[in-house]
Order: sequence, then structure tokens, then C-alpha cells
Amino acid sequence: MRAPMGAAHALSLHGLTKRYGSFVAVDDVSLDVGQGQFLTLLGPSGSGKTTILMAIAGFVAPSAGAILLDGRDITPVPPEKRDFGMVFQGYALFPHMTVAENLAFPLRVRGMDRAERDAKIRATLDLVQLSQFAERRPSQLSGGQQQRVALARALVFDPNLLLLDEPLSALDKKLRAELQDELKSLHRRIGRTFINVTHDQEEAMSLSDTVAILNHGKLIQIGAPDALYDRPRTRFVAGFLGKSNMIAARIVERQGSTARVSLGGTTLIQRVDAGAPGDALLLSLRPERIALLAEGELAENMVEGRVSAWSYLGAGHSLTVETADLGPLRITLPTWRAPFAPAEGLVLRLGWPADAAAAVEDDGDA
Amino acid sequence: MRSAILAAPPRRFTNAGWYALILPAFLLMTAIYIVPILQVLAISVTEPTTGFDNYERLLTNAGVQRAIVTTLRIGLITTAIALLLGYVLAYVIALASPNAQRWWLLCVLVPLWISVLVRAFAWVTLLRRQGLVNQGLMSAGVIDAPLALVWNELGIVIGMVHYMVPYAVLPMLASMREIDPRLLAAARGLGASRFTVFRRVFFPLSAPGLAASGVLVFIFSLGFYITPAILGGGRTLMAAEWIKMQILDIVRWGMGAMLATVLVIAILTTLAVFSRVVNLKRLFGAGT
Repeated sequence: MRAPMGAAHALSLHGLTKRYGSFVAVDDVSLDVGQGQFLTLLGPSGSGKTTILMAIAGFVAPSAGAILLDGRDITPVPPEKRDFGMVFQGYALFPHMTVAENLAFPLRVRGMDRAERDAKIRATLDLVQLSQFAERRPSQLSGGQQQRVALARALVFDPNLLLLDEPLSALDKKLRAELQDELKSLHRRIGRTFINVTHDQEEAMSLSDTVAILNHGKLIQIGAPDALYDRPRTRFVAGFLGKSNMIAARIVERQGSTARVSLGGTTLIQRVDAGAPGDALLLSLRPERIALLAEGELAENMVEGRVSAWSYLGAGHSLTVETADLGPLRITLPTWRAPFAPAEGLVLRLGWPADAAAAVEDDGDA
Repeated sequence: MRSAILAAPPRRFTNAGWYALILPAFLLMTAIYIVPILQVLAISVTEPTTGFDNYERLLTNAGVQRAIVTTLRIGLITTAIALLLGYVLAYVIALASPNAQRWWLLCVLVPLWISVLVRAFAWVTLLRRQGLVNQGLMSAGVIDAPLALVWNELGIVIGMVHYMVPYAVLPMLASMREIDPRLLAAARGLGASRFTVFRRVFFPLSAPGLAASGVLVFIFSLGFYITPAILGGGRTLMAAEWIKMQILDIVRWGMGAMLATVLVIAILTTLAVFSRVVNLKRLFGAGT
């Protein structure tokens, strides 16, 4: 097995822009991927994430900006000279070659001799647990196996970076979860820099050290998955990374980092970093941060409402609670902690602390 | 009664109904095409005497041997050149933008709509001693005397290649269009130069189309008549013209019918062998 960390590289994008006529696919994106990091570019379709990946791979020439590998500008370098492993959407395995020949391809074009090549192919197939399939054609393999061949082919020549274009999107849910775990442990074992593209927020959060959220070609927020989830910068990020209750309020009074905010007749206590009395404030409150208050129990924020819809999710209940001033609030409760059988019309008291919600910028995207 | 009509008839009857619909076409084909062909084939073993005398001449008659060798030689040369030109064209078309593809295809198909007779005479006017090509080359000072471009094998090959290129392009284009462009990108991403991508990925994947075009063009060129007759100037005899000469000029029906039979058998054998190797239906576009 390869020595971890030895060959990890860092990649930076400086003001990367791609225009197709008047359409801006990627709009001035700058970001850094550290050595051995697992970065995921996350966004809805048309957000420019795949274009960025293709620019990194060298298949798309940027209209402006630069791509740097370990500080060296590689923008004009053609794809075959970049030494980046890439797993394509749909895998792009060569149908006229066996699994072993597919893996041999990048080694042969590098002029590696046969003995070394065979050893390398065997070691890489072991890594993805496909040794017994070396002589099969891609068409004789299942989707999950093809995916692992694509991964092996992208890794066999010790690439500078591994690029993954929606690597798991063609697989069913169960297999996807399995391969997610495999991909993650593979990343840990070989210690290389991975850059992944996906529209699946769960995949992004479970796989990556860093997630970059894109929308309409712009980088909206980049950071660790938990930081993005707990402290989304904009309404779009909050909505894209899971469900969120959006509360539009106004600051009444601020003391240090605590503000009293109001909407209608309800006043809330909210942790804020900035803002003056009279400013509008948009809050994102995750459903699981709202607690059900028992008789006499108190919280910094308390509202009362009536259950208008509920669904059972196995591990938890998802309830929609209609409140007077905050409108419908979605809450999730672990099944074992729900002290009742949910029913429509049930009156509940809800509470949450001042730091449960995050103040977000309203970028117009839900 | 009414419900009995509306109810789905048994499956056997449905099929019989469909077959009945194609019966007129089938009878027409049989009456005016297959029966006469069988008659011609029969003549080859009955004229002038019953037996395989005509086929014996295949081994003894220098004239028929020369016609066969000429046909095979011209057929192979034509096939090779048409495949080469057709492959380049198909490659360009397959990689062009959808809009450009439509224009390219139109340009490839237009010659197919023009009568082969018109095209053969057009080539004569271009290639003859006082033709545009020779005059152009002479006035440009490239040559002193006109080149013999027509009324020989060269003229036949030029005319036949021109006729065959569209037939070469279409099956190859079909197979190239099935190649996933991501494979080419993947190959480059794995470190292959553009040439290596072509040699190791694109070409092997387009090879079935190349083989199909080759068989199609070769079979067609075995039976060429008008183009060799006009552009060959009567000096180079290919199989079809030789057959016509036997039947119409020297009225040896037996010999003509014999070579016709040999041609039919040769073509069917080629197709049979080829279909063992490659899926014909798929190559000629009849589903997958």
C-alpha cells in the first residue's frame, strides 16, 4: 500500500470565471484545497460545479482566472499533462478493454514496463477489492463494481489529485451509502487530495472535510460541513443543506451579542454578531433544534402552536406546528423522546435557546 | 355479436391478418424479381447443354478469369480508398456540432440523389484529355501532355469511389455516434495524447462500423455496371459489363448467367461469413 500523505498536493483557484457567450457559468470563484483534503463542490444543477471540476481537469478553458497546483499556474496545461485522476459521471470505462486493461491504460501511456504495470494493477485492484474481476469486461460488472473500477483506474497512476464527478449518482441508495463509506476510508488510507462534485447534500456532508456551496456560478460559502450546517451564511445555504425554518424578524434592542427581536406580538432572544435596533433579521432555525417543552419547563424562546401535519420517519417524528406569529414551524423529535402519539390539532409548547438559530443573509433563494 | 367483434381476436388470427397485409408485396416481389432471377440461374446449367460446362470455363476461359480478377482488383482498390475518405469524413461529422452535422450530412447525401449516369458523364467531362482537370494542370504548367485520367482503370476507380463514399460514411458514422464522448475525455485525463486516444480508444470502438462499411462497399462494387461502362471506355471489363456482353452482344446466355450466379453466391457467402463475426442488423441500423 502507498505511504499516506507523501504525494498529496494543494490546489487553488484564483478568480476562476467561465463565460459561454453572455451566460456566466462560473463567476469569479476563488478557493483553496489543502494537501490531503477532501473538498466537495455542492450545488444544484446549473450552479457551475461541474464546469469548475472540468476546468480543474483541463477540459474547460477558463475565460479568466487561474488554477494553481502547489502554487504553480497550471491553467494552460492540457488535461493529459496534469496527472489528475478523474472518475467521470457514468464512469467512462473503456468497453473494449478488460478491467485490467482499463487500469493498464494510464500506465501504458506513461511508458511503464510490464512487470511494474502488473504489480501496480494488482495492488490497486486489491485496494478496491476487485482482484477477481481483472479479466472481466466492464459490461459484465454491476454498477457498484464499475464505480470501483473507475476509481481504481483514476488512482492506479498515483495522480496528483483525484477528481470525482458525481461518482455515486448512478447507484441505488443502499449501495451509495456503502460506497460513501468506502470512498471515505480510501481517502483516509491513501491520504491524497480529493475533489468531489455532487448535488446531494448528505453525500457532501458525510464525505468531505470542506464543502464549497455554489449557486448560479458563484461560491456562496465554503467551510467544514458542521460549520455550514450550523452557521449558514445565506438563506440559500440554509435551505440547501437540509431543512430549515426561516423566520423574518426585526431587532428591537441589542445588548452585546444578544438581541431581542420581534415579529408580530412575539419577542425572541437571539444571539447576533451585528445589527442595530430597527434592522430586519432573517433567522434560520433547524427543526431538530426546537425542543418540546414539558409542563412548567422554561426556555429562552417559547412559542405555542397547534400540530397541523405530522409524519413518522422511523427514527423520529416530523411535525408541522402552526404558530400565531411565526407561521408554521417544522420540528423533528426523536421517536423515543416524543411523549405522545402525534395528532393533528394537538397543542404544543416549543422552546429553543438564543444560539439555536442562525442569522442569515437573504439572497432570495429558498 | 358486436361484442364478439370488439373483443380481441386470438393471437394466431392477429398474426395471420398482418401477414395477409404484406402478401401483395410478397407476391409482387416473387413474380417480378425472384422468379426471373431463378430462371437466369437455371439458364447457367441448361444453356447450351444441361450440366456444369459453363462453370468449367471458370477454370479454362481466360476472358472470364480476366473479368473476375479485374472486378476483384477494382473492387478492393475502390473499397480501400472509399473507406479511407469515408472514415475521415465520418470522423469530422461525428465530432462536429449538431448544426454542422446536419450540413455535412446533406453534403454527403446529395450525390446519392443524382443519377449515376449523370455523374459518370460529369466525370468524363472533367477527366477527359480536354477536360477541366487536364487543361487546368496544363495551363498551370504542372504537366506538358494531358494525363490519361479516364477510359482506363483509374477513371473507373475515381467514378466508383465518388459513388461509394456516402455508403462508406453512413455505417461508420452510425458506429462513431455510439461512442461516448466521455470515453475520449477520460482517455485524455488519464494521460493519453490526442493521437493515442484515437489509436487506442476511438479507432477500436469505430472498427465494427469500418468493417460494415467495407463489406457494403465491396459488395456494391462487385456489381457496378454503368460507371465502369462509361468511365472504362469499353477497354476494362468488369463482371457486370462482361455479363452484359455475353448476353446481349454474343448471345451466350449460359456463360452470362453462370457469372451472374457466381457473383450472387460470392456476395451471399461474404455476407454469411461477415454476419458470423459482426451483428449485421445492428450495423445497418435495424435496432440493436
